Amino acid sequence: MQLIFEKSRPGRCGFSITRCDVGQEAKIPSPYLRKKECLWPEVSELDVVRHFTQLSQRNFSVDTNIYPLGSCTMKYNPKFTEKAAGIRGFADLHPLLPQLDHSLVQGALEVLYHMDRLLSEITGMDHFTLQPLAGAHGELTGVMLMAAYHRSKGNKKTHIIIPDAAHGTNPASAAIAGYDIVTIPTDKKGVLDLEALKKHVNSQTAGLMLTCPNTLGLFDSDVDKIAAIIHDVDGLVYYDGANLNAMMGRARPGDLGFDIVHVNLHKTFATPHGGGGPGSGPVGVKEHLSRFLPISRVIKARNGSYALDYDYPDSIGYIASFYGNFGVILKAYAYILMLGKEGLKEASEHAVLNANYIMEKLKAYYDLPFDRRCMHECVFSASRQEKKGVHAVDIAKFLIDQGIHPPTIYFPLIVKEALMIEPTETESKAELDILAQALIAAAQLADDDPARFKDLPKTMPISRPDEVKAAKDIRCNFFA
Amino acid sequence: MANQEEYFFTKEHEWVYFEDNVAVVGVAEYAQNALGDITYVELPEVGEDVEQFEQFASVESVKAASDIFAPISGKIMEVNKKLEASPELINKSCYEKGWIAKIQPADLNEKNNLMSQEEYTQFLEGLDT
Repeated sequence: MQLIFEKSRPGRCGFSITRCDVGQEAKIPSPYLRKKECLWPEVSELDVVRHFTQLSQRNFSVDTNIYPLGSCTMKYNPKFTEKAAGIRGFADLHPLLPQLDHSLVQGALEVLYHMDRLLSEITGMDHFTLQPLAGAHGELTGVMLMAAYHRSKGNKKTHIIIPDAAHGTNPASAAIAGYDIVTIPTDKKGVLDLEALKKHVNSQTAGLMLTCPNTLGLFDSDVDKIAAIIHDVDGLVYYDGANLNAMMGRARPGDLGFDIVHVNLHKTFATPHGGGGPGSGPVGVKEHLSRFLPISRVIKARNGSYALDYDYPDSIGYIASFYGNFGVILKAYAYILMLGKEGLKEASEHAVLNANYIMEKLKAYYDLPFDRRCMHECVFSASRQEKKGVHAVDIAKFLIDQGIHPPTIYFPLIVKEALMIEPTETESKAELDILAQALIAAAQLADDDPARFKDLPKTMPISRPDEVKAAKDIRCNFFA
Repeated sequence: MANQEEYFFTKEHEWVYFEDNVAVVGVAEYAQNALGDITYVELPEVGEDVEQFEQFASVESVKAASDIFAPISGKIMEVNKKLEASPELINKSCYEKGWIAKIQPADLNEKNNLMSQEEYTQFLEGLDT
């Protein structure tokens, strides 16, 4: 398919700019004026419509196919939330309006205020900031809150403890905030090795970041013990909310001993992501940390009106422009209200049920390194297929030809040839059976005729992109 | 290139052999195979002191980023500059052309903390079960 720049024809135009009927002279200082013509593609409106419609037809999305990408919670994004975000009173708000007059934005402030309350109830925390713009941004905010806490107490803390099963963003966030990383291995049951943890925790421990259930889809029943070990050295326990979809309405991080949590609205609360974004990663804290939360914060006055409050001298300050990705927060808010308490609980239960169904269906065909009841996702290993020369990536390519988005592969790093499957609650049994059948067919083909995998996928415009070249030799600019 | 039996190994799949009292280090076949196509190698600085089993380099592949741990303590004498432009040398020739660094060992007794070729082979067999 051609790029839109390649479709450009000199003089072609899709829009006429109305002649300006107000006399004006451009007074832009010459250093700021363009030296060269702007490189817009010259195309008609129809060219543009066809171009982007054709691109959208090539898109693989949860709206078109099964998308069981592990640790990403690619659940269906219900369309009524788009309607809510499209309400003109919200969609056309200028972000500076609250600075002009709070009375002009009472509805938007009310949404932010109530979202804080709803997320606090769901996670068992006391206060939230809705500003972080994605999960990793929430993590960084969380670690900055930890640092602010230790600074306020004069604690000398140097490292943060992270399990080896964690997402790579955990150590990255902690390192950006200035901490050293101490990695704790996973034990034979597939959860944090408690003995190793005890050995590494000391007075220098600022805190621990834990995904719960972890990236193997397993719930750590020692989570309260882990929190106690960290609290004993005045460390803080951070809940990475990537997998909150496994337990919302059933268990609350705040009750399990966590001090700080982030949630991914774009995973758990059904707003689009994976190219459809943007994301939103609100961070919640227990009362004793709330004075460090970013500003601004929404407060409710006695007369019931809402306002932005900046008067928090211990705050870590600004972490995003304005109030976060408001449209995303609004969609997630609508989703939570629509499902309600029982609905959220049911969503988690079905997510767990679906993952266990897939796990049981595929157990006979793929190695299951941790063979126990899983939560919302299960992690297989293609090590049996690897012996025939078929790798996890080959199985992923096979699935593409079946119209199925591949699961996460090669993560978590502690599982060789990992295939991490998270079906989510929004797939029906019939769809799960299609997914299972495709994976069983892949395992059988690996047995019968492994060579057949090498030129898959066959149905895509590009079969196997050169991943090494893509990583080493990045070219993002068509004109460069 | 040393004889295969002169290599020593770590549990993290680094290898080392000793040539005129200089330790040549790299990553083993198992590690390069698990990592997949390597796209970037972060080399240590010449003159830097490294500790046995502490991180001293890292590699990135199309699948993951991974730390490389020093099989022996000492001072970095030389690094394999070719890996900067051609990190795939580790995939193609992990025991020879893909060597990572040469270390002036601080204490040769640390060899006792490493596995011989035979012990490492047994260790690998244990991993597969």
